[in-house]
Formats: sequence, C-alpha cells, structure tokens
Amino acid sequence: MSKKTIIGASAIAGAVAMALSGATLVTSTSTASAKEKCFGVAMAGENDCAAGPGTTCAGTSKVDYQGNAWSLVDDGTCTTMKLPDGRTGSLEALDRDLPA
Amino acid sequence: MTPSTSRANARIETRFNDSTVPARAGAGLKAEHVDAILQDDYRIGFLEVHAENYMGDGGAPHRALSAIRQNFPLCVHGVGLSIGSEKALDKAHLDRLKKVVERYEPGLVSEHLAWSTHDNSYYNDLLPVPYDQPTLDRVCDHIDQVQEVLGRKILLENPSTYLQFDHSTMSETDFIAQIARRTGCGLLLDINNVFVSATNQHYRPLTYLSEFPLEKVEEIHLAGHATDTDDDGRPLLIDAHDRPVDDAVWKLYDIVIGQMGPVPTLIEWDNDVPDWPVLRREALRADEILERRAGNYMLGSRHAAIC
Amino acid sequence: MRQSAEISAPGKIAPLGDFTNALVNPDLPTPKGVIGPGGAKADKRFNVYRNNVTVGLVNALVDIFPAVHRLVGDAFFRKMARVYVQAERPRSPLLFEYGGTFPQFLEAFAPVKHLSYLADVARLERQWLDAFHAADSPVLEAQDLGAVNPEDLPQARFTRHPAAHVLRSSFAVVSIFSANRSGQSLADIDPDAAEDGLVSRPHHDVEVRQLPPGAAVFLTMLMDGETLGQAASQAADEAEDFDLATAISGMLEAGIFAGISINTNSKRETIHDQSD
Repeated sequence: MSKKTIIGASAIAGAVAMALSGATLVTSTSTASAKEKCFGVAMAGENDCAAGPGTTCAGTSKVDYQGNAWSLVDDGTCTTMKLPDGRTGSLEALDRDLPA
Repeated sequence: MTPSTSRANARIETRFNDSTVPARAGAGLKAEHVDAILQDDYRIGFLEVHAENYMGDGGAPHRALSAIRQNFPLCVHGVGLSIGSEKALDKAHLDRLKKVVERYEPGLVSEHLAWSTHDNSYYNDLLPVPYDQPTLDRVCDHIDQVQEVLGRKILLENPSTYLQFDHSTMSETDFIAQIARRTGCGLLLDINNVFVSATNQHYRPLTYLSEFPLEKVEEIHLAGHATDTDDDGRPLLIDAHDRPVDDAVWKLYDIVIGQMGPVPTLIEWDNDVPDWPVLRREALRADEILERRAGNYMLGSRHAAIC
Repeated sequence: MRQSAEISAPGKIAPLGDFTNALVNPDLPTPKGVIGPGGAKADKRFNVYRNNVTVGLVNALVDIFPAVHRLVGDAFFRKMARVYVQAERPRSPLLFEYGGTFPQFLEAFAPVKHLSYLADVARLERQWLDAFHAADSPVLEAQDLGAVNPEDLPQARFTRHPAAHVLRSSFAVVSIFSANRSGQSLADIDPDAAEDGLVSRPHHDVEVRQLPPGAAVFLTMLMDGETLGQAASQAADEAEDFDLATAISGMLEAGIFAGISINTNSKRETIHDQSD
C-alpha cells in the first residue's frame, strides 16, 4: 500500500519560517571570510607542456593481466575497513585472467 | 631588488589596462604559488598560464588568475589546440581559447608546433609533425584560422623532439621560418627545446639558432630537462620541466639575448614544482642576463654573432 | 585552400592513427616512418611519447580521484589506471574533465569487485571536481526565500546552482570520501551503511555534506525544476523521518540554488494539509 503524502501550504510556510531562523545562525558562524584571501588552491587534472619520465616507465611495459599481478597491494586504506562478512577490503588474488 | 621594481609597482592599482609584457623574466603560474607571488616584494615581470586550465566556467582558478591579472602582465600559452592535426581544428576548443583571451587580455598568446588530438581522443602530449609540404600547408591554414578567430597574432613555439619522420623534406628551422612568413605569426623560441632537440637529433644548437628567424621571436622559454639514452645508448634528453635550467641552456640564452636584445623570458617548471623562492631564483638569473645585455646587443647582425 | 590542403594530406603522410594506436598499446611495433637521426632505430625514442601519454593521463587520474587512489594504494591504482587509459582516452583537451567513465570502469573491473563502494566514491570525486570548475553564481539567500508570500511557497521553483550535485549511494560514500581526503582512519566506517551526498560551492570552496533521510529526493526534485510542494510531499512519502525545515535550512546553508521563481500565471492548485 503506497501512501500519498501532501504537504500543504501552512506546513511548508512553517518549515520555511523555522529554517530561516536557523539559516541566520548558520550564516553568522560561517568561516568563509577567513578563506577569501587565499588563492593557493591546487588544481587537479592540470594541463601542462612538460614531458614525462623518459623511456623506462609505465607507458612502455605491457600490462600484466594475470590474476596474481593484481594481488600485491597493502598500501591502500581499504584494508583498514571491515567488510560485513568479517573480511577486510584487501585486494585479493584472482584465479582468472583479466580484464573480463 | 631589481631596478625595474618601482616601475612594476606603478601597475599595482591598474586593472587590465596594461597588457604589455615587459622584456623581463616571467614564471609559469602554479596555483600553489599564487599567494606567495602576490605577497612577494620581488615583482616578477609577468606570469604565463596554460590556457586549458582556465577553460572551466568558474571557481577558484578564475578567482586566482583574476587576482594575478590585476597585478601583473599575462601570457596565455595553449597546449591543447593541436595545430599540427591531420584534421580540422576543434572549433569548440578554439572558441574556448578566444574566451580566455577576451577575459584576461593577455599581452601574448602562443601555441605549439605539435598535435595532441586525433579522432576525438586527446593524448595529452605535444606529438611531433613531419616537416613536409602537406603538413606545412595544413599548419599554415590552421594558424590562419586561429589568428582570424582570435583577431590577433599568435606566437608558435618550436618543439622538443625525440624522433624524426622519414618523409620529412625540410629542416625544422626552414619549416618554422616558412610558417612565420606565410601566416605572419610571431615565434616563441624555447631554448631548452632547441638544446633538447639538437642533442636528440645530433645537430649543433648554435647552427639551429643561426638558421632560426630570431627577428620574429617575441618570447623565450627556458626550462630544465632530464637525461635518458636512445636505442644506441647515446644521450636522449627529455623536456621534463622538473629542475633548474641547465647551464648549457643559460649559455645559449646569453648568446641569443646578446644577439637580439632583451625579450620576455619565461621560466617553466611543471613537474616536481618547488616552492616559489626556487622559481624566483631562476627568474632573477634571467633578469640579470636581460639587464646586462640591455645596452649592448647586436641588433640586425645575427649572422655575425651566431655561427 | 584550406579544404584542398586537408584532402591532399593523406596520400603522403603516414596516418596519425597508426601513431596514436601504438602510443597507448605497447604490444604494437613502433610506427612505420618513425626514425632516429640518420635513419637509426627509434623504439626508445617512440617510447618517450608512449610514456608521456600514459603517465600523464595516469597522473591526471591520481589527481582527480585522490580518495580512490588512497583506498587501493599507489601501485595498484597506477596499474589499474593504465588499463583504463588504454580503454578510454580523454574526449576533451581539458584534462580536468577526464575520468567521467572511471566509476563505471571500477564497477566492471574484477580485481576491485569486492570493493563495491569504490565506484560511488569515484562518482563523488568527479562531482567534486565538476563543482570546483562550475560557473560562478550568487546563491539563494535566506532573505530571498523569506520574501516569498507564504501562500505562494508550495508553487515556488528553484534554479540549481551550477556547482550543486546530489549523489545517492547504497554505501557510506561520504564517510569514506571524507576520511580518505582528510587522512583520517577508516576503521570505524561500515561501508555498507547507505549515505546520500551533497556537493556544492556556497562560497569559494567546494563542500561535501551527508544528507539526512529524504533530503536527496527533495533536493533532486527541486533541482529538476519541480515545485517546493511536490518535492516536499515526495520526500515525505519516501522517508518517514524527512524533516522539511532541516532540509530547507541545509539547502540554504549549502547554497544548492541560485534563484527562486513563483509562476503566477499558472492556475494555483488548492492543497490541503492532509494525506489521502
């Protein structure tokens, strides 16, 4: 059974009135003005015209799709988070070749 | 302090009404340096940005660049127009460049002799072009189109190259000189690129410079490079922009400025970006050469000086 | 003139398609016609470009998805990103727009299949960067809302602020995102606790909030141009503990909207304060 709720004008007006009294408080405690002087926000995904690291790195070796090549990692934070079945989120060895 | 500090200070309160880029050292603008640059007693001659990083609609990048532009002359340096493309230029991208140029009124606008887009994929690198007649015609058409849309002259930068095409029929300097002659574009001489390409392609940088139409050069780029080796174990230099300018490049720069006189000179540093004072030190070194050469360059007699 | 130059080109020049295919696929040989000085072999020389492209795009993904990067670790992320780069190049020369399909890629990528929250974390990070570059716009202020005649409020419609995004997730996406971006421990986070996220830029900085029950429905409907009355009713329908006053106060604080309009031309419906 689905119930169709209608929130009417008086309820909305009441909620807006409540929100507006609260909104004033929020605005007055904002710290945005303290940040306005700082422009040094690092940019993600920046274009530049520099070359990379030469001839010996990632771009030239073949991707290893064997399952065990994807099992090595312990430096990720996902391993610290518990999964519901009691395992942790570590990256486990796969038996099959990749990608699917 | 440099002698030009007081002159620069006179500009602080103006808003976009002085677009002229002085014949001093400038720096490639990094977001993390903006506050330090604005607070520094040393007034850098100008700043240069990669156009693509300011093609977003709004937000922090534009807020920062507006603050910089109110205080300094600016150069806009495109990296993504793909002027060397086999196919037509991306009109939407050209319009984005126009928008950046209109918004910030830069003193100089430049792009690369390279390509980076093919079949709607962007490869995020400055890929090389063959130096042959069809490519020359195409690049000239593209530059005509860019200058027409922007309503102004652009500068074209010589590339760092790591390989050649067997169907090239002319030298890089001849190729570039013909482009400048046909399109009326100016040139951006990247002296690190000259040194990198000369080493990689086994010619003398001074020979290249003697053949380069220096009279069309309106800006110079300097940057650091890394060293690798080629298939035969010989040095292969990489245009890495990740360290100070090499001494050999400073020497070439000194010769070029002695030849053509002071010209706006950009220090580029894009990877492993250091704190602002390190970049400033590089800029001061360029300022010093520019000041020393200001009174005694050999205008109009370049063949006598280089060769 | 321009046309003829483009038509005459393909006969003489080795197609750039060969060059680009080999750039992102190290299994392919160095393209024909590519040489070193004096016609020397140029495999390592071509590899410089291969590296530039691959490492440049992988670095962009590290920048754009720092929380995902931290979750799986640097070595794993870079290896995984290479697989993505091979499959999916940027469509635009604006590098900060790259990675729009990375969440879908993560969903389908077998080695991270058990990290089922990863794709939503990536979605939130992509929204964060979109918000960072979004157009500047004033935000709707409390007084703008306060100026509306209370009777007209149910018919009020809002204009979305360009930086505002809602993300509905079955996972603890905001907690995981925030802990990774601020370097906090993830030990106490239950990844399967569903959270809705809100991304906005009320002042200069991008802000990410976790939404209370029903607020995601409410804000999404308002962002899609539905009326305040419709959105409030729908949200109350979907979440029993939906609190309209909190949602309105939150939307003002977070700057989700840029404007408000009351359509006085349309026939006003009579709405009763009741359920049926």
